[in-house]
Amino acid sequence: MDWFLVLSSLIKISGFTFLVILPMVALCSLAERKVSAYIQDRVGPNRVGVPMTIFGAKKDFPLFGLIQPLADGLKFILKEDLTPKHVRKFYFWLAPVLTMVPALLTCAVIPFGSYLNIGGREVKMVIADLNVGPLFTFAIASLGVYGIVLAGWASNSKYPFLGGVRSSSQMISYEIALGLSVVPVLMVFQELNLGMIVEEQDRNGWLLLPLWGEGLSWQRWALLLPMGISFVVFTIAMFAETNRMPFDLPECETELVAGYHTEYSSMKFAMFFLGEYAAMIIGSGLIVTLFLGGWSIPFLPTAELAKTTWWMGLLHMGCFLTKVAAFIFFFMWVRWTLPRFRFDQLMRLGWVFFFELALANVFLTALILMIVKR
Amino acid sequence: MAYVVERPKLSFAEKLYFPSILKGLKITLGHIIRLMRGRTKVTMQYPEEKWDASLPAHYRGAPTLVTDEVGRERCVACQLCEFICPPRAITITPEQIPTEDKWAKVEKRPREFKIDMIRCIYCGMCEEVCPEQAIYLRKDYAITGTTREEMVHDKKRLYELGGVREGLVNKWNELK
Repeated sequence: MDWFLVLSSLIKISGFTFLVILPMVALCSLAERKVSAYIQDRVGPNRVGVPMTIFGAKKDFPLFGLIQPLADGLKFILKEDLTPKHVRKFYFWLAPVLTMVPALLTCAVIPFGSYLNIGGREVKMVIADLNVGPLFTFAIASLGVYGIVLAGWASNSKYPFLGGVRSSSQMISYEIALGLSVVPVLMVFQELNLGMIVEEQDRNGWLLLPLWGEGLSWQRWALLLPMGISFVVFTIAMFAETNRMPFDLPECETELVAGYHTEYSSMKFAMFFLGEYAAMIIGSGLIVTLFLGGWSIPFLPTAELAKTTWWMGLLHMGCFLTKVAAFIFFFMWVRWTLPRFRFDQLMRLGWVFFFELALANVFLTALILMIVKR
Repeated sequence: MAYVVERPKLSFAEKLYFPSILKGLKITLGHIIRLMRGRTKVTMQYPEEKWDASLPAHYRGAPTLVTDEVGRERCVACQLCEFICPPRAITITPEQIPTEDKWAKVEKRPREFKIDMIRCIYCGMCEEVCPEQAIYLRKDYAITGTTREEMVHDKKRLYELGGVREGLVNKWNELK
């Protein structure tokens, strides 16, 4: 047995999930509040820091409120975990888990770095180097909706129920557009391995920024239009998939109290929260991987260098995280700008526009590819 | 007569929806940038910054009792403030001033004067109704306590908060 492989995989799994994704979720909740505050001309959380006054010091050490997520977590743990009498206990307990686990599972196929040279052996910076990356992500990520639907049904009260129903109908109208919009991308790359897709982008320019390598050819520039359409449809469908603001109808505070998690409290609610933010991070990661070159540094094809030096791999990881963080900011920026869609508008948008647009885009890409490759 | 509201004719750009989204995004980004550059006025950071200096003269804070320039307590325990107080926050226990006292001709004074600050609504009616101008609303607004008893201001505390107030009422002044 190759102990090196087992050990490195274990480190990758635990490191990426517990040292990157979960702290990022925590920081996202702070960032969300900060971004919303700044957009609404407020200050946002800026108090929580190291409580020096407990240890007898004169003043606290505020740290710009960076400890806020810890305080939030502590609050969640200390809150009473209430299970109402009228719920179906088994499904009620299952639902939060079913929301969080798929969101964390999908991170297995996202390449969060190129290679890391450890003691002369190159380790691929992806947990599972699957040849069906995007398909795996869609398959697992769409399981997340079961958590929401189950939460809605098991809660046995009207608002969560409406939230659950809305969630399922929203999912079926967006999953199609999501799947179809990624088909042109896979046609261009002729590859389903996310790691390979990123390496291709590293060599020949990002999908949306073909400015080096083979990307400077007119063939790639001709593909920019269908790729742009793909990007827009995919991003919007991802917003719907992660229940983010313009499409947060399952939650919908103003109409449904708190939507599917109305009856949940303490850590069970926190699990929904965690799952939602983890889904957002993974979604951003997937968009960055497919369209914005994943871990690759613009204008510098450095994949080969990462195989021999140790620092280039770290640099690539930093690059990936920076891009993801920027995209998360975009997610939040959109959330605090756009009002929520009405439900029929959402269905219309999904079924009438994006579905057709994505479908037409597949044929458009095929046509361009046919002309270009000759 | 039937009145038909014409539906607005949308241009292509408006139907496309994206330009207005971009416009909205631009506005919100503008707000973020303006705040980060310190161009936006934001909330006062309360415990560090306080507005005490800019309180208006007519500010109605905690009601207090005052003494006059010669150290006499102005309150004559007429109980008008107790009767007018809408939330019944004031409780006065009057007593007669003993004959050997310097101010015996005032006849009455409060033995105990209690204002329950949990009840007080800071309306200022006590100040308005007082014929002796003995009770004033001062500028203290952060009245806190850890027990209910602590929140009841007794006579000692009321004089502490009120201090000395000169002029206006001279009818008990021997020199005038």
